Amino acid sequence: MKNTLKQLMHSSKFVAGAGIFIIILLTMLIYPLINPGNPLEMIGVGTFARPGLYFSLYDAMDVPKETLKLSDAEDKRLESIISKSDRVEMLAYFEKTGVDVTDVTLDDVDTILDLWNQNFDENNKPKGLTNAAWRNYKTLNNRLHKIGKEEREVYDVDPETGEENRLMTVNGTDYINVSRITNTKRLVLGTDNFGRDVLKELVSACGTSILIGLIAGAVATFIGLLFGLLAGYLGGWVDDFIMFLTNVFTVIPSFVLLILISYSIGQEQRGATVVAIVIGLTSWTWTARSVRSQVISLRNRDHVNLSKLSGHSLFRIVVTDILPYIASYVVMAFILQVSSGILSEAQLSLLGLGPKTTTTPTLGLMMNWAMLYAAHTNGYWWAYFPVILTITLISFSLNLMNTGMDQVFNPTLRD
Amino acid sequence: MQGYRKYFTKKIVWFLITFFVAVTLNFFLPRLMPADPVSAITGKLAAGNADAKAVQKIYDRYAEEFGTNKPILQQYLLFLKNMFKGDFGTSFSQYPRSVSDIISSAIWWTVCLQLPAIIVGWLLGNILGALAAYIRKGWDKVLLPITIFLSNVPAFGMAVTLLVVFAIKLKIAPVAGGYAFDQIPNFSWAFIKSVISHYQLPFWSIVLVSIGGQAIGMRSMSIYELNADYVKYARFLGVKDRKIVGYVFRNAMLPQITGLALSIGTMIGGALVAEIIFSYPGLGSTMYAAITAADYPLISATTLIITIMVLIVTFLLDLIYGFIDPRVKAAQFDN
Repeated sequence: MKNTLKQLMHSSKFVAGAGIFIIILLTMLIYPLINPGNPLEMIGVGTFARPGLYFSLYDAMDVPKETLKLSDAEDKRLESIISKSDRVEMLAYFEKTGVDVTDVTLDDVDTILDLWNQNFDENNKPKGLTNAAWRNYKTLNNRLHKIGKEEREVYDVDPETGEENRLMTVNGTDYINVSRITNTKRLVLGTDNFGRDVLKELVSACGTSILIGLIAGAVATFIGLLFGLLAGYLGGWVDDFIMFLTNVFTVIPSFVLLILISYSIGQEQRGATVVAIVIGLTSWTWTARSVRSQVISLRNRDHVNLSKLSGHSLFRIVVTDILPYIASYVVMAFILQVSSGILSEAQLSLLGLGPKTTTTPTLGLMMNWAMLYAAHTNGYWWAYFPVILTITLISFSLNLMNTGMDQVFNPTLRD
Repeated sequence: MQGYRKYFTKKIVWFLITFFVAVTLNFFLPRLMPADPVSAITGKLAAGNADAKAVQKIYDRYAEEFGTNKPILQQYLLFLKNMFKGDFGTSFSQYPRSVSDIISSAIWWTVCLQLPAIIVGWLLGNILGALAAYIRKGWDKVLLPITIFLSNVPAFGMAVTLLVVFAIKLKIAPVAGGYAFDQIPNFSWAFIKSVISHYQLPFWSIVLVSIGGQAIGMRSMSIYELNADYVKYARFLGVKDRKIVGYVFRNAMLPQITGLALSIGTMIGGALVAEIIFSYPGLGSTMYAAITAADYPLISATTLIITIMVLIVTFLLDLIYGFIDPRVKAAQFDN
């Protein structure tokens, strides 16, 4: 055992795979300590808040102001107010109205703004422009008019009288220290369609998914191992029968069986554990097949025959004389089953057949929600990309471990 | 021909048995579950309806429609009879379209998308794997981890990534569907062009996902073969490297075909989910729509068709294997 581990540590692939997997596991254990609470708590009222540092505007008003005269502040402000697509639109307007813009580049915001203020005529619609486009230009113009004001005023409106009280005046040079604001929240991965913290949800989902993978892998490996051992060691009609089952279930796609069973179980009964067990029940064939062929090559070895002659029980022969020889193989098969179990859950959830949605998130469910709310077509990458990356990384690390082990236990593949 | 005949008869018998088991499972699995599908459907349809008589009526109507009020064996025979006639009942969600009509319009999209994609992915993967095994040192070290990483991207993940990069960011491919919304299926040039442009992203996402796994398998097989005694012997004899590589490739291919036959079900499953991302009008999207609408007859028919498709592909692969496996050939010469 110790020797095997030492050997494995020499395989760079195994070490890398195990490393990534351990990092994922540690994150799962440590992150909830830093950011405790229910991962499904809806903190945002809106949907898909962008990742970043959020601070309370309410509290920010109480923080004393400092005046900082930064030379590039005005330019930056202009750039952010007049977006690149706005500038493209403005240039298109100039070309339509015959203003010479051959020397003006897109980055030259000042010149574009000057030209706009000189040339835009609100009452004169250029020919060949649709009404919608013209309306867009007018809104843009209204927005541009606000630029250049030295200060903005904040009012408090009395809900009963409608009276406005001026609360404060904000200058372009006013700054406050972010660290002095009482309430801030860093949303590393923003919020999802329900307004939940994606990172917190992801960490919790990752745990559930790995658990699903482990249960599915354990069930599949157990059945596969049992069938493989029985078929390989006993032979005869047991072997024929088990091989018949195995062959049939290898060809019938497990994916289809999964869908049929999950759909029949119904939404209410479908907890994470049930889904995991169902996945395990449909994916044992690979293990059974290969364990059987390994056992067949073992069963007539001398040490097994010696055990038989000594009158050892079937159970004892299997446990002491056969299992140790196929243990490495079974562990490898288990690792692959875990990774394919996680993937199966994700695919089932994408089809709308995943675990029931109220209690725990899983990676598949997160992906399903993101797709249902069209996060991908609207550019809310934080709602789906981290999920894909997590599934890929888990599966990658497990497969890397497996490849490493393969090279250690199977000398012909060694580099 | 005796070797071949024996091999093919065995395969055909196997095909028929598995087919029968698959159909039986497709029928019995949903019915073995503790939940009664008819009452589940009734529950969904009659939600909010307090009139027990009306609910009972809906229940009876669907029990009649599926024949669940008859003894189970009789139901099964009826199911078999209808299946061979191609009659899968009427869809709930797309009433009054028949299920076989919906499926026959969806199946060709799936077949034309997945078959070429899986074949191209398999070929490219095998070529890359053989190259990696032959060249070994250097880029094999870099290439292998990258390939393992790529092969672990789930099919739907690859689909979403390609969709976002090429359709939404770069805008060089359409976002969804099998053809543009303003087109009606016909044999005009504009329609074919639209179909081809919509075909690209789903196709490449399936190819990219399947390359990795195949390449890794082929690499292992080729390394194993390259170390075999016959290669060493051939080298001593001074046989040209090219010729040896040819032999090695052929021998390493055989397990790869078996591997493809064994994994085709999983691959198709993944690709079906990828279809949903692109709203490709194939079986995957049909199944998704059926599941969301609780369209029971459609779900059961789609799963059956997918199973049959996988069975047929596996059977064909077995036949091809029989033609190129030298052992089957040898058995033929023996007799």
